[in-house]
Amino acid sequence: MTTITRLTDRLMLDKSKLTSLVSWMAQASKALLLPVIGITVFLVIWSIAANSINTSLGKFPGPVAVAEQFGALYQEHNAERVKAEAFYERQDKRNAARLEVDPSYVVKVRAYTGKETFVDQIFTSLVTVMSGFILAAAIAIPMGIWMGLSPTLNAALNPIVQIFKPVSPLAWLPLVTMVVSALYVSPDPMVSKSFINSLLTVTLCSLWPMMINTSLGVANIDSDLVNVSRVLRLSPLTHIQKIVLPASIPLIFTGMRLSLGVAWMVLIAAEMLAQNPGLGKFVWDEFQNGSSESLARIMAAVVVIGLIGFLLDRGVLALQRWFSWDKSKS
Amino acid sequence: MSTFLDISNIDMDFPTPKGPFKALKEVNLKINKGEFVSLIGHSGCGKSTVLNIVAGLYQATKGGVILNSTEVAEPGPERAVVFQNHSLLPWLTSYQNVELAVKQVFKNKKSKAEMKDWIEYNLKLVHMDHAMHKLPSEISGGMKQRVGIARALAMEPEVLLMDEPFGALDALTRAHMQDSLMEIQNELNNTVIMITHDVDEAVLLSDKIVMMTNGPAATVGEILDVNLPRPRERLALAEDKDYNHLRAEVLKFLYEKQRKVENINISNSSISNDETANVG
Repeated sequence: MTTITRLTDRLMLDKSKLTSLVSWMAQASKALLLPVIGITVFLVIWSIAANSINTSLGKFPGPVAVAEQFGALYQEHNAERVKAEAFYERQDKRNAARLEVDPSYVVKVRAYTGKETFVDQIFTSLVTVMSGFILAAAIAIPMGIWMGLSPTLNAALNPIVQIFKPVSPLAWLPLVTMVVSALYVSPDPMVSKSFINSLLTVTLCSLWPMMINTSLGVANIDSDLVNVSRVLRLSPLTHIQKIVLPASIPLIFTGMRLSLGVAWMVLIAAEMLAQNPGLGKFVWDEFQNGSSESLARIMAAVVVIGLIGFLLDRGVLALQRWFSWDKSKS
Repeated sequence: MSTFLDISNIDMDFPTPKGPFKALKEVNLKINKGEFVSLIGHSGCGKSTVLNIVAGLYQATKGGVILNSTEVAEPGPERAVVFQNHSLLPWLTSYQNVELAVKQVFKNKKSKAEMKDWIEYNLKLVHMDHAMHKLPSEISGGMKQRVGIARALAMEPEVLLMDEPFGALDALTRAHMQDSLMEIQNELNNTVIMITHDVDEAVLLSDKIVMMTNGPAATVGEILDVNLPRPRERLALAEDKDYNHLRAEVLKFLYEKQRKVENINISNSSISNDETANVG
């Protein structure tokens, strides 16, 4: 009797284990399998379509050609690094030799001025987009809070925001370029003009979603919470710190995600048009170059641009999870 | 005893697109120190408006409120408010919610350790010391309201204003909260103004029931003194003659003298229907 119950117990246990395993597998397949199928189908359609498109630069690159270019780009990067190291080594030797002959010689160290590789361009683009975005956030979030707190200011500024919001970066760029070259004059500039141009263009375009969302979040705080603050006679600063900021964090972050998406798109366009270093310039240079590999290299850049845009968005989302008090909402 | 809180000749007009709407007209009420006063009336009669004027959240169009010989001009912690839907900051724990109030009111008056003791004392008073460090989303509706009361009590207010504090709770929890409130009142003897539309709650808790006429231009209709001895026991009172008489008086006022005429305001009728169901 007891052995039988024990046996059935064990069977039951195994059964429940089995069902949990099956449901886990079902979930895993949904989370992993379906995207893999999606990507595979896309790659197949891409390679079929690519095969039947003939351009003046040869066949449109398929997935294999693009993958090859990834390898080539990485090798070029490594080769360039080796060259740079060799250059510095030669320079050091030369300087040491001159010092031996003439101890009063003042050593001049010159930076290596080789071609920027794909990896360098990615890095430049990331630094530019983050700088522009952080500058935009530093302006837009305080402004948004102020606008949310004051209906008067909101009414006054809303038309300006609405008009500037849809303006394309391509329209801003010539203005920014001219203004920067007029105002940013220094014999020994800390950062290059082209960097300032891209940065300001990114800032001008990514200000608005953050400003609008922040002011919306602040304006829609539960009136009871505002009343609590009034009864407690919290100072304006404490009010913002203890009530306004935590309450509007979800919308502030929504605005930040929208803005960062805009910033990244704007940056590529700005770099392309203004010949500012970065991924946009890489794409433009390859286009002008017009070799048989150009299109594959541009396609590789497209993939990288998309991937980075996705990662930036995930990064802000992770930041929101970390900041927000409401873990369930984000 | 001299008047502690004097609500004198208050009119309140709200601007609407069709011109000003007169919500209150010549509301007069004198409240003594340590008195527990209930405001009762049909919904839309301006009970909350009176409370908000005393709190300083609204400014009366005419007349004014004098508390302890000072005129009320703005909100302040000496007139703490317990809101109907608890109004706890959802990102702070129970302890931190009370702490925000205590830090603000007793800045430079209490040391850190004294503040901590005071916060814990108030949470203990409302029987919430076991869940001090939980977020509002992790505790029940009744518990949230307890913390809301603790926060108001911790401000050591001269008058405690409660806007339908138990209106959103189920009947059993509400009864429990009423008992707790009586217990606290026995200990602290605060001056309290409470809005309610629960007749039993009004009779059980109050020293004075202020019955308001229907709006627009609502005012104080009748004032009923409740002289039942304290401490009061819910079960014992259920059979008590005086209690039932007082209860009947309030019901008479609400359903005979101030019967709500439904077809005056169509947009309000659906709300008032379920509110009146609540009153019974």
